[in-house]
Amino acid sequence: MSTKIFVPCDTTALAMGADEVAARIEATASARGAEIELVRNGSRGLFWLEPMVEVETPAGRIAFGPVEEDDVEALFDAGLLDGETGHPLCQGLTEEIPFLKKQQRLTFARAGITDPLSIDDYRAHDGFKGLENALKLDAQAIVDEVKASGLRGRGGAAFPTGIKWQTVLDAPAEQKYIVCNADEGDSGTFADRLVMECDPYMLIEGMTIAGLAVGATQGYIYLRSEYPVAHRIFDEAIARAEAAGYLGDDILGSGKRFDLEVRLGAGAYICGEETSLLESLEGKRGLVRAKPPLPAIVGLFGKPTVVNNVLSLAAVPFILDKGGQAYADYGMGRSRGTLPMQLAGNVKRGGLIELAFGASLRELMEDFGGGTFSDRPLRAVQVGGPLGAYLPESQWDLPLDYESFAAVGAVLGHGGVVMFDDTVDMAEQARFSMEFCTVESCGKCTPCRIGSTRGVEVIDRIRAGENREANLELLTDLCETMLDGSLCAMGGMTPFPVQSAMKHFSDDFKR
Amino acid sequence: MSGFSEWTPQLIQDEIDALKHKPGALLPILHAIQNRFGYIPSEAVAIIAESLQQTRAEVHGVISFYHHFRTSAPGSHTVQICRAEACQSMGARSLEAHAKEKLGVDYHQTTSDREITLEAVYCLGNCSCAPSVRIGDRIHGRVTPEKFDKLVDTLTTRALEVK
Repeated sequence: MSTKIFVPCDTTALAMGADEVAARIEATASARGAEIELVRNGSRGLFWLEPMVEVETPAGRIAFGPVEEDDVEALFDAGLLDGETGHPLCQGLTEEIPFLKKQQRLTFARAGITDPLSIDDYRAHDGFKGLENALKLDAQAIVDEVKASGLRGRGGAAFPTGIKWQTVLDAPAEQKYIVCNADEGDSGTFADRLVMECDPYMLIEGMTIAGLAVGATQGYIYLRSEYPVAHRIFDEAIARAEAAGYLGDDILGSGKRFDLEVRLGAGAYICGEETSLLESLEGKRGLVRAKPPLPAIVGLFGKPTVVNNVLSLAAVPFILDKGGQAYADYGMGRSRGTLPMQLAGNVKRGGLIELAFGASLRELMEDFGGGTFSDRPLRAVQVGGPLGAYLPESQWDLPLDYESFAAVGAVLGHGGVVMFDDTVDMAEQARFSMEFCTVESCGKCTPCRIGSTRGVEVIDRIRAGENREANLELLTDLCETMLDGSLCAMGGMTPFPVQSAMKHFSDDFKR
Repeated sequence: MSGFSEWTPQLIQDEIDALKHKPGALLPILHAIQNRFGYIPSEAVAIIAESLQQTRAEVHGVISFYHHFRTSAPGSHTVQICRAEACQSMGARSLEAHAKEKLGVDYHQTTSDREITLEAVYCLGNCSCAPSVRIGDRIHGRVTPEKFDKLVDTLTTRALEVK
């Protein structure tokens, strides 16, 4: 009887050598005359264990990691195929690994369990049930279900998804669009990538439901060019979904139409901003548009458009399958459901952590993360990407929810958490924030375009000890100008990391 | 090794014609041209402008807006080093310095043997196993200076056939 072995195929597993490990496993099995069935599954998001090899046993899947190519022979010797757990790389039953067991996975329930491209696997794990339900409902009933879930946009702005959909549904037009923002540019984030690489049909299903809800027949996924693996897997998933009748002009025999196409970005961070993204999709420079009009009224090619983040759309199949209330039962206050957090940077156990809103940052970094990779004291943590504040230890007990973070001038953003040890120079980090803005500003508004350039210069003077007090005051003033005067979040939030570094790590500006 | 073709006006026109029916076709066209020829030749601007009924200024403006598009031929391999925060926290700044010294070039430059073009990138989504480097479509994690040297040496070492 053949034994099922799983070797993940997501970007991180591949970056750590998963293809080489898979090849060695096949070669070793063949040399030893052992019958195996090798499955390239998605990743569970336990990245410090990648490549994480799993073996199916009667008791459940057993994990080994991180496996290097040269460990394979020894793993076979130690009884890999017989479910033996004696090898030092053995992590026991995958589902019992505390990092995974303590999570509340709704959106990522299938990630790493299934073969991402297998429609049969997807269906066997509740896939397309939400779509089947949606096909029985009228448009308003679908929108009402999403409203009842309390889902708020997971891209960072946290706007209620149901209200956005209602606006597009109510806008009369011949043509409407669903646009998925997969321009996941924030450092420390990879949840969108994981959805597209590990469970692509979930996003296809979510977008199709969105199309049915608002009366849109065309969807675009705007994917960043820095994600070649996601691009390859997702394109293949669209082709297979079309062939199986889940996309196209007659979805599951309903007579309803929905088509999907991936459009590749071209290395511009600003195109994660929704109006810039729409310009880019139209084939233009990614210049930010002034709002209003909202994209929900005048969006892509001037038509009413839903622009949602990958995670928002990926939450929709669960909501239409289990009901809006089942989703709203998770969370706290006005932050309902779960938030996939991403633990990254200088961390011992990094990866994807999906939890109901309300856990603390400290739990995440210590209980899940196990502290820093370097074993040095943790000093600062940036939450919410390059436009998010740096938080000092006094703020690590904040609950992870949109309002608690906003109250201290921080943002949860897309859920990225980047940890830094005590070797970090926070004045250098502040300088980088301004530098990043000079590189990535679309240039349309002056506070962002010129302000960031002046910001780099002023921080350089401060770090060189030139008129330090006066320049610190100037920097404070410049930050306020950018904050109040910029057209979008690029210039308007670049001051967050700078101000937080100045406020909580002021010593670093005086060395 | 790089696998890029030599461009001709006709081949560029072919790429445009295959995509110009799409709404908002300019970015897909630019990607197609760069994927095939390694860069977007300046002569392509007028051909694209004509085909899409846009001005050359508009086309040039789009090409220059996006970091991904290049207007000169790259080396046989493009090596991108992630400069973003998660990688910084794991030593990306010293990796960048090491890479520039090892290759003898700065960002956006190509080694004198035309083998390697060095580029900066802001996040490859491999943030839990930083620092990250991309070579072609392959991403590598936990890249130490030693690992970087090994990766680069594999690229530039040609196997000699012993007879």
